Amino acid sequence: MDVIAFYIFAAIAVVASVLVVGQKNPMHSVMLLITSFGALAGLYVLLDAPFTAVTQIIIYAGAIMVLFLFVVMLLNVPREEPAPPAVSALLGPTGIRIGVILSLLLGAEIVWALSRIGLGWFPQDPAAASVSSVALIGASLFTRHAFAFEATSVLILVAMIGAVVLARREH
Amino acid sequence: MPPGFSSSDFYYLMPELVITAGALLVLALDVLLPRAWERVLSWVTVAVILGAGLALVPSAGQNLTIARDLVAIDGFATFFKVLFLVAAALTVLMSPRYLTLENVHPGEYYFLVLCATLGMMFMAGGVDLITLFIGLETMAVSFYVLTGIIRPNKRSNEAAIKYFVLGAFSLGLLLYGMSILYGLTGSTHLRVIATSLVAGDGGLLLPFAVMLLVAGIGFKIAAVPFHMWAPDVYEGAPTPITAFLSVGSKAASFAMLLRIFVAGLPAFRADGLGTAWGQPFGWGAFFYVLAVVTMTVGNLAALTQGNIKRLLAYSSIAHAGYILIGIVAGSTRGVSAALVYLMIYAFMQLGAFAVVVMLRRKDIIGDELKDLTGLYATHPGAAIAMLVFMLSLGGIPPTAGFMGKFWVFGAAIDAGYVWLAVIGVLNSAVSLYYYIRIVVFMWISEEEEKSAAFGISPAVATVLAVTLAMTVLLGIYPRLLFDFAQASAASLGSVPSLGLR
Repeated sequence: MDVIAFYIFAAIAVVASVLVVGQKNPMHSVMLLITSFGALAGLYVLLDAPFTAVTQIIIYAGAIMVLFLFVVMLLNVPREEPAPPAVSALLGPTGIRIGVILSLLLGAEIVWALSRIGLGWFPQDPAAASVSSVALIGASLFTRHAFAFEATSVLILVAMIGAVVLARREH
Repeated sequence: MPPGFSSSDFYYLMPELVITAGALLVLALDVLLPRAWERVLSWVTVAVILGAGLALVPSAGQNLTIARDLVAIDGFATFFKVLFLVAAALTVLMSPRYLTLENVHPGEYYFLVLCATLGMMFMAGGVDLITLFIGLETMAVSFYVLTGIIRPNKRSNEAAIKYFVLGAFSLGLLLYGMSILYGLTGSTHLRVIATSLVAGDGGLLLPFAVMLLVAGIGFKIAAVPFHMWAPDVYEGAPTPITAFLSVGSKAASFAMLLRIFVAGLPAFRADGLGTAWGQPFGWGAFFYVLAVVTMTVGNLAALTQGNIKRLLAYSSIAHAGYILIGIVAGSTRGVSAALVYLMIYAFMQLGAFAVVVMLRRKDIIGDELKDLTGLYATHPGAAIAMLVFMLSLGGIPPTAGFMGKFWVFGAAIDAGYVWLAVIGVLNSAVSLYYYIRIVVFMWISEEEEKSAAFGISPAVATVLAVTLAMTVLLGIYPRLLFDFAQASAASLGSVPSLGLR
């Protein structure tokens, strides 16, 4: 069951990520990126890291991607002109060439790192899974770190007031 | 009662609570009061700061940690809180006239000044990386907005954007360094970090983390080569904010620096991070280099400035270099010398900026050197005050600035860093050139250009009087400050742990 779910989420993440690069319309790219982030969140759930999964959705898919959407819409980025047909990816425009080289490098790095450490290195300890549990983080936030938590509220208030001050219309 | 607190925590957190409540009060009054009453806000703000000062009294002489080990109430924190409150009060006092001229709405301005002060107080009291970071962020966000608060002014906007982008980047570096420290020790508490790290831990990770921390804090104290933002931001920000930035933000960042390095990594000052050219080195070596470069570049760059705010920016960079000397020395004496210097620097720098604030008149921005011409002829009192501040910044006896330098250089020689002291002395000789240059401009009289009414108000006059009195007094009778700083420095790193972990 887990394995099937893993392959489904992994496939969605990989396919969506590849499609992000291929889109002509930046809006579609952003939407596909959100899809990819959502699939990643699913993977985190499978890894017994529900808190990471939720923050992934709230912060990446929620806050950051909304920011992306705003920028794309505000700048009104036009559709890309269709590029002249390239003979192959390696001979295409500089951007594509650098992208291909970078992704090859990254792939080689991952293969090298995994072959060095071996898959057995990853902790299988069931106690490790609970580190990311929402209950534990919540308890620590409201007991041990209660002071820091309260202090953060002032910080957020400052940020809100600051945004209002800077964005207010002059009269 | 929330489980993270006990009732005595609230007792010792009173200054912070007063500031927070006061900030909200200012914000509420801003909405409730009619526009004609706007001037009341500055007095309310000063009253709040005085109240926080009174609430600080129970903390005197205490040495304990509260809020489950996240905050320390010790002499070190108290020393810095006094400094921040004094700086904030003087900043608020020199603001009202300036704000009216710049057409800035005072409500949010005073709210943000109070919040910046609150952030600084967290930075001075924090003995946990999380508290320190939240304090730093609260202070920094307030200053980003305050820098750009003159909305129609392009210079102010430019300064705010530059400060925000570079500040966010440097904060990222700092956070990265903190996260590596956490990864190496499994704790964010400075005491645990201090006791659990031994030389060689984490291989290259520890030196890397130290480098990131040095870069992140180096930005905040405007040490060369992380100083690029300072002249532009100091020039563009509203002048009272420039004063507060160069005194409060700098002192708070030094407090954090001392907490992290002297209290958090005491074993790695002289060695333990690795070897270079056969010599073992620790974080002291980083600050040694930083101090030399900061003093020299700051002073040399200040020589050619024509804008007073830029000149004072480079001068404040150079002063960060002098203070770093005390940290390189590292001993209790070195730390106390740094504290003494920060306090003295606060008074003379705020005084100098109060004069610059006065130069702002209707239709005259008043931040060029030539705007000072004829000041002695028209306003001898202000000119003489400025003369004293300049002599003090340059380190001429019997002003306070001399005492500060004397102690810092003395601590360096005491700890065996003779060359560092020599470089410092040479640098202060260079700095005299541009301080005297300001004085010369004030004494030149130009009869044809009769300057418009000088912007002296009772509040600004009070600031001048206080800073002048302290600059002279601390130069003649520095004993009290020395003792205060010595006791505060001794308390750093001796905070008892409640043993909660």
